[in-house]
Amino acid sequence: MVVGAEGGDELKLLGVWDSPYVNRVQVVLNLKGVSYEYVEEDLMDKSDLLLGSNPVHKKVPVLIHNGKPIAESRVILEYLEEAFAAGAGGSTGASVLPDDPYKRAVARFWAAYVDDKVGSPWYTILFAREREEKVEAAARAISALETIEAGAFRDRSSEGKTTNAASAPFFGGDSIGFVDVVLGSYLGWFRVIEKMIGVRIMDAARTPRLAAWAERFEAADAVRGVLPVDVDKLIDFLQAFLH
Amino acid sequence: MAAAKKEKELLLLDFWVSPFGQRCRIAMAEKGLEFEYREEDLGNKSDLLLRSNPVHRKIPVLLHAGRPVCESLVILQYLDDAFPDTPHLLPPANSSSGDADAAYARATARFWADYVDKKLYDCGSRLWRLKGEPQAAARREMVEILRTLEAELGYREFFGGGGGRLGFVDVALVPFTAWFYSYERCGGFSVEEVAPRLAAWARRCGRIDSVAKHLPSPEKVYDFVGVLKKKYGVE
Repeated sequence: MVVGAEGGDELKLLGVWDSPYVNRVQVVLNLKGVSYEYVEEDLMDKSDLLLGSNPVHKKVPVLIHNGKPIAESRVILEYLEEAFAAGAGGSTGASVLPDDPYKRAVARFWAAYVDDKVGSPWYTILFAREREEKVEAAARAISALETIEAGAFRDRSSEGKTTNAASAPFFGGDSIGFVDVVLGSYLGWFRVIEKMIGVRIMDAARTPRLAAWAERFEAADAVRGVLPVDVDKLIDFLQAFLH
Repeated sequence: MAAAKKEKELLLLDFWVSPFGQRCRIAMAEKGLEFEYREEDLGNKSDLLLRSNPVHRKIPVLLHAGRPVCESLVILQYLDDAFPDTPHLLPPANSSSGDADAAYARATARFWADYVDKKLYDCGSRLWRLKGEPQAAARREMVEILRTLEAELGYREFFGGGGGRLGFVDVALVPFTAWFYSYERCGGFSVEEVAPRLAAWARRCGRIDSVAKHLPSPEKVYDFVGVLKKKYGVE
């Protein structure tokens, strides 16, 4: 738990350690070099702070900046982008959204697609009762990854001076961007899903470019230590949550 | 020559009753942007639509100088970003150093537009598609949604954009006001009764040119719901 923030800013993140929606916020906070206080919530016994800060959805993540709460992970990411732009609040100035309006629209489109077509199946796989439902959902997630491999990779930003779009390491170009953190936040769970139902969602045989991207993403400084990597711990946590 | 080119600059592929398409029409009208409107036959989608939105194959799609932007809320933000000299939908960001207050106002607007997306259309569909207890559950949910939106509106004239102007949330929500009558008829409740200030907001919006021009009448929407019900075998 990192205490204190730069320049008098008070930044608190309410989350759970294994939520993709929380993890993506943590990655961006790391990228921006902004310090914050992390509060682990018990979803079976939500704190008054969480319920008061997000009365509409009662979910994590919630970012509280100088007492003001922001909810919904992609809304939080856009907030961080704007509130901690170059140098503000001691940030590194790292940016996850491109400056160009059209490229921003493309990034927002793919981020929404990921949460809709990968995120919804993820939820079903974890919480559906019948194995059949889980397997069907996994197939939908795989199909979405194939679409992303074919489509979003082609749409990759090339903000960098030396790389062109085709070989840019990330969706954001030379550096991690919006789509990277949104899709990357599910990577820890893909390994769990393989163990749970025997279906490999991220498969180099099916989506080689994404598989290579996944390795790069997980190796990045801002990401290491954020995504859950202990498969058994995740499975135990999920079982406990379900019962 | 320049005028003709400008006409072709913004093209909206759309369907007359779509609230998501109406968001885009109203947004461009509010911004004073000329655009070409093209009605799609959803039973026989054009090549242009399928090429422009291969992932979802849905309207609305905005083509700007030939480049497609998809997803209505993405389109709205794109219009703000690409046409910065037109009236803002989102509260303006402080460009120099990332003003946290401005960012907070924008985050609030995004949150509520997302709320409309997550809740309203789906619940509304269940209201006309279902019967019995599931429909009653949808009605209870709809009442809660309307009351939640009303609470957020508070005693303001609009959700965003002061000075009698529509903001991001207003534009995201207002097309659904044309569906209120259908929700009321299918669900057996009154918006005026459960959320009077929201009903007043809807009437206020209806008096604004861009809205009056681009929203269908509630009766037309109800007729359309009737067509859908027949199509899906709902009685």
